[in-house]
Amino acid sequence: MDKNMKILIVDDFSTMRRIIKNLLRDLGFTNTAEADDGHTALPMLQNGNFDFLITDWNMPTMTGIDLLRAVRADAKLKSLPVLMVTAEAKRDQIIEAAQAGVNGYVVKPFTAAVLKEKIDKIFERVNASQ
Amino acid sequence: MLGAENAGHRELLADLKDRAQALVEKLEGGDIPGATELIRHINEMRDRSIYQEVGKLTRALHQAIVDFEIDTAKAAGAEAEKMSKMANAQERLDYVINLTEKAADKTMDMVEEGIPVAARLGETARELHQDWQRLIRREMNPEEFRQLYHRIDAFLASASEDSAGLSNNFNEILMAQDFQDLSGQVIRKVITLVQEVEVQLVNLMRMASQVEDITGIVRPIDRTAPRGPDISPEGPQIKPETRVDVVSGQDDVDELLSSLGF
Repeated sequence: MDKNMKILIVDDFSTMRRIIKNLLRDLGFTNTAEADDGHTALPMLQNGNFDFLITDWNMPTMTGIDLLRAVRADAKLKSLPVLMVTAEAKRDQIIEAAQAGVNGYVVKPFTAAVLKEKIDKIFERVNASQ
Repeated sequence: MLGAENAGHRELLADLKDRAQALVEKLEGGDIPGATELIRHINEMRDRSIYQEVGKLTRALHQAIVDFEIDTAKAAGAEAEKMSKMANAQERLDYVINLTEKAADKTMDMVEEGIPVAARLGETARELHQDWQRLIRREMNPEEFRQLYHRIDAFLASASEDSAGLSNNFNEILMAQDFQDLSGQVIRKVITLVQEVEVQLVNLMRMASQVEDITGIVRPIDRTAPRGPDISPEGPQIKPETRVDVVSGQDDVDELLSSLGF
C-alpha cells in the first residue's frame, strides 16, 4: 500500500476529522485533506487526484451516501475506494451503502485497530483486482 | 387529576343529555329559533372544553419556559451568567456542542504536542542504551566514551524538562474534561423542559380524544406505509439491543457485509 496516497476525510465534526487524521498519521498516511460535507467534498475529489475517500454518513447539505452515489456516477471517480465511518447502524443503511458500492463500513464508536483492518482489507482487494 | 377529568366528563355528558332533551322538546313544539340556539350551545360546550385545555397547555408551556430562564439566571459563576442570556433550548444545546468541541480540540492539541516529545525521549533512550551496552562490553574507545558522557548529561537534563512538559499536558487534558459537569447541567435542564412539554402534550391528546369520543368524531387511520427501506440518518444508536433493525457493533456490520459477498 502506498503510504503517500492522497486521502480525503469528510465529516461535519472537526474533532472527528482530526481523530481520523491522527489515526491515519499513526498508520503512516500523512497526505490527507478534509471536507465538512459531501457538497464541498465532491469538487475536491473531481479536481484533486485523491486515492481514497473516508466519509461520514449523516452530514448537512449532502450526506455521505449521496456523496458515494455521486462518486460512483462520475466517470473519473467511479473506481475510487470509499470507506464509510459513521454512527448510522441500521441494517437497511448498511445494505444500501453496499449496493451503492461502498468498499468498507465502520460504525462509530470505533477503534484504531478496526480502522487499520478495514483500510488494509480495502487495499488488499484493490491491489488484487489490478 | 384523572378523577377530576372524569368528573368533568360526566358533567359534560349529563349536561349534553339535558340539552338534547330540551332540543327534542323545542323541535316538537316548533320552536326553530330556540332549537338553533340550543344547537349552538351544544357546539360551544364541546369546543369550550378543548379550548380550556389548549389554554391550560399554553399557560403551562409559557410558565415552564419562564422557569427555565429564571433557574439559570439564579445559578452563580461566569459560565452560568453566559447561560442565562441564552433564550432557548436550541441555544443551550449549541452551547454544549461548542463546549465539547473546545474540550476535544484542547485535548487533541495537548496530545499532538506530547506525541513527538514522548517519541524523542524513547528514541534517545534507545540510542544511549545501545551505546551503554557497548561500553559494558568494553567495545568503546575513550573518545566515544567522552561523547557518551556528554550525551547522557544532556539527555538527563532534557528528560526532566520533557517529563515536566508532558505532566503539564496531562494536567491540561484533565482540566479540559470540565465540560462534562457544565454540559451535563445544561442537558439536564433541556431534558426537564422536554419532559414538561411531553406531559402537557399527553394531557392535550387525552382531552382531545375525550372530546372526539363524546362528539363521535371518527378519524380514518393513516395506513400510508413508507415505501422501501428507511435509510434516513438516525445518528448513534443509544440502545441497539432493543431493536432488530440495527446492528450492535462492528462485528455485526462485518457479518452483514460478508453475507452480501463482501
